Amino acid sequence: MKISQKVFPFFCNLNIKFILQLNHFKGDDIFKLVSALVASSIFLLLGLMVYELVKGSWLSIQTFGLNFIVGTKWDPAVSKVFGALPLILGTLVTSAIALLIGIPISLGVGLALSEYMPKKFGLAVSFLVELLAAVPSVIYGLWGIFVLIPFLRNHVYPYLQTAFGFIPIFSGPIYGGGVLTGGIVLAIMIIPTVSAVMRDLFLTVPNSQREAMIALGATKWETTKTVISYARSGVIGAIILGLARAVGETMAITMVIGNKFQVWPSSLFDAWYTMAAIIANELLEATYDLYISALINVGLVLLFVALIINILARLIVWRTLRFTRGIARE
Amino acid sequence: MKTTYKVAITIAIIALVVASAFAYQYLENSATAQKVTLNGAGSTFIFPLVDKWAAEYHKIKPNVQINYQGIGSGGGIQQHIEKTVYFAGTDAPLTAAQAAKAPNTLHIPITIGGVVVIYNLPGIGKGLKFTGEILAEIYLGKITKWNDARLAAINPGISLPDQPITVVHRSDGSGTTFIWTSFLSDFSPEWKETVGRGTSVNWPTGIGGKGSDGVTALVQQTPYSIGYVEFTYAMVNNLTYGYVQNAAGEFIEPSIESIAKAAQYAAITLPRGDASWSNVSIVDSLANNTQAHGAYPITSFSYIIVYKELNVLPNMNEATAKALVDFLWWAVHDGQNYAPGLYYVPLPSNVVANDEQTIRMITFNGQQLHK
Repeated sequence: MKISQKVFPFFCNLNIKFILQLNHFKGDDIFKLVSALVASSIFLLLGLMVYELVKGSWLSIQTFGLNFIVGTKWDPAVSKVFGALPLILGTLVTSAIALLIGIPISLGVGLALSEYMPKKFGLAVSFLVELLAAVPSVIYGLWGIFVLIPFLRNHVYPYLQTAFGFIPIFSGPIYGGGVLTGGIVLAIMIIPTVSAVMRDLFLTVPNSQREAMIALGATKWETTKTVISYARSGVIGAIILGLARAVGETMAITMVIGNKFQVWPSSLFDAWYTMAAIIANELLEATYDLYISALINVGLVLLFVALIINILARLIVWRTLRFTRGIARE
Repeated sequence: MKTTYKVAITIAIIALVVASAFAYQYLENSATAQKVTLNGAGSTFIFPLVDKWAAEYHKIKPNVQINYQGIGSGGGIQQHIEKTVYFAGTDAPLTAAQAAKAPNTLHIPITIGGVVVIYNLPGIGKGLKFTGEILAEIYLGKITKWNDARLAAINPGISLPDQPITVVHRSDGSGTTFIWTSFLSDFSPEWKETVGRGTSVNWPTGIGGKGSDGVTALVQQTPYSIGYVEFTYAMVNNLTYGYVQNAAGEFIEPSIESIAKAAQYAAITLPRGDASWSNVSIVDSLANNTQAHGAYPITSFSYIIVYKELNVLPNMNEATAKALVDFLWWAVHDGQNYAPGLYYVPLPSNVVANDEQTIRMITFNGQQLHK
């Protein structure tokens, strides 16, 4: 009790003085400074990351140079030659499949929740969607191995093969895991994030836009198209967010893609490999310096691929913004 | 004013909690001053065994806490080189390059592992027979069908299906893969030259599963597939496994006895604990031993590695060094009794004798710790 009697007045005085002194004019300056510091830490983090990656992969860069990016051999045991081209292709293709499957679904979910569903139902569904976004990727991987793969192998892929088997990408042996399975799992993983962002985007479209369209005699679908067009740059942003997640996804894809190092798979059912997967698989037991360096080099390449994707996306957003400026945004 | 009081009360409570936590830690530390924590890291394969030892040893010596992290053999060796752990677990002995970075390292074989062939052939149970040559051909993609004449010749009476073989291997770097590829290298010159041995290799064919569980899931879900996992894992999960021919010409069922036997034969030529172990391999020594009757050929030691002179480690003191040596002594003797219950293979007596010699070499400031 004695201590508290001494402590309380002390705190009160301090608080009042603090508030009086800082209110109004100093608070803004402090906040500005703090936010500037926080923002610049991003540069610092990225710089540090690039520095560490380049340092770690220096041995590999010296040994293989650009051959690392175009090389198609990954042999840690005999010739000790490392090339990452199959990994780069695997990453890009599985991500593309994920987008191909995931974007239409996400767009549909986003539109349904914002435009078509009753408000309360939409709220309930969007809560579930956001919950899905919080599921750890290893859970998706386990679910992929034990539920999705057996299901696809027994009930989907055989029919797909009978129907489209004449097209080379649907021929060949069916393992269950593989390129298509990897793409599907990635799609399932990006749908929650992308559709949640899209719903929020569509909700920010002013109602005046919808009312104007309806006043002009537009159908519901025509109104919806205007909503999409209004939010176009944001939609592309959401897609990029999904792509970024797909490119960097590690655990789930490792568990379902089959981890086969080859330049190009014989079909959608064949196994393949991605950059993130090989790092997760081999770094822990990499036994010599060049090997470790090559794996870090894969990380560096992955960072650059992500960077290029982001720059491309930025360019697309700018272009569409300029394009739509006269139309949707007056 | 009211809010200010609330804030003040909250801060006071937090301060009190933090202070009491510190006080508790201080009191606890002073009460058990001689408390010792032995930090180790490495092989995930030996983790369940070391974990069991940690619990049992703590019952006998309550002041000794063993903290072993299963981060993989490669990581364990790295930490050993960087001197951040007191002991490391590894499934492969140090290579010459690694040994150069960690001079005066002692190798103590601590348990024995085996790698078993698992397969999924509807209607066919355990006991399908394989040879090293045939397994190498399958993993090279040269034997592609189950009813291949060579496979049928050593499995009379079993009607093998006319189905393509789906080859499954580990995708993650692993000691299991090292043992497996060593075995294939010994029995196939082509494998040795094109694929080689390693924790990860350039697989000519097949799909990769992550971890023993990944391989097992793929094999169990894919009819007509073949894979390989640790003996322990196969036993615990009751998998269908095959028999493998040894150099003596016998087809051996993997078991605690046949694996221990393999180690027993190999132990005859083990080097001293402080010599170079980079070439020690039960697989290699059995590959040419036509007299090794009853020995399962795909067998390997797992090691605990320690420095011969423990004062090279930072923060090491005599009490900790003594506790470490006592624990190692206990692990190779009484600790072995816990192995079979977890499907680990206990060390045969000639390996224990070798370990005893090695543990006696450990010193702190030049003083022998186990007398």
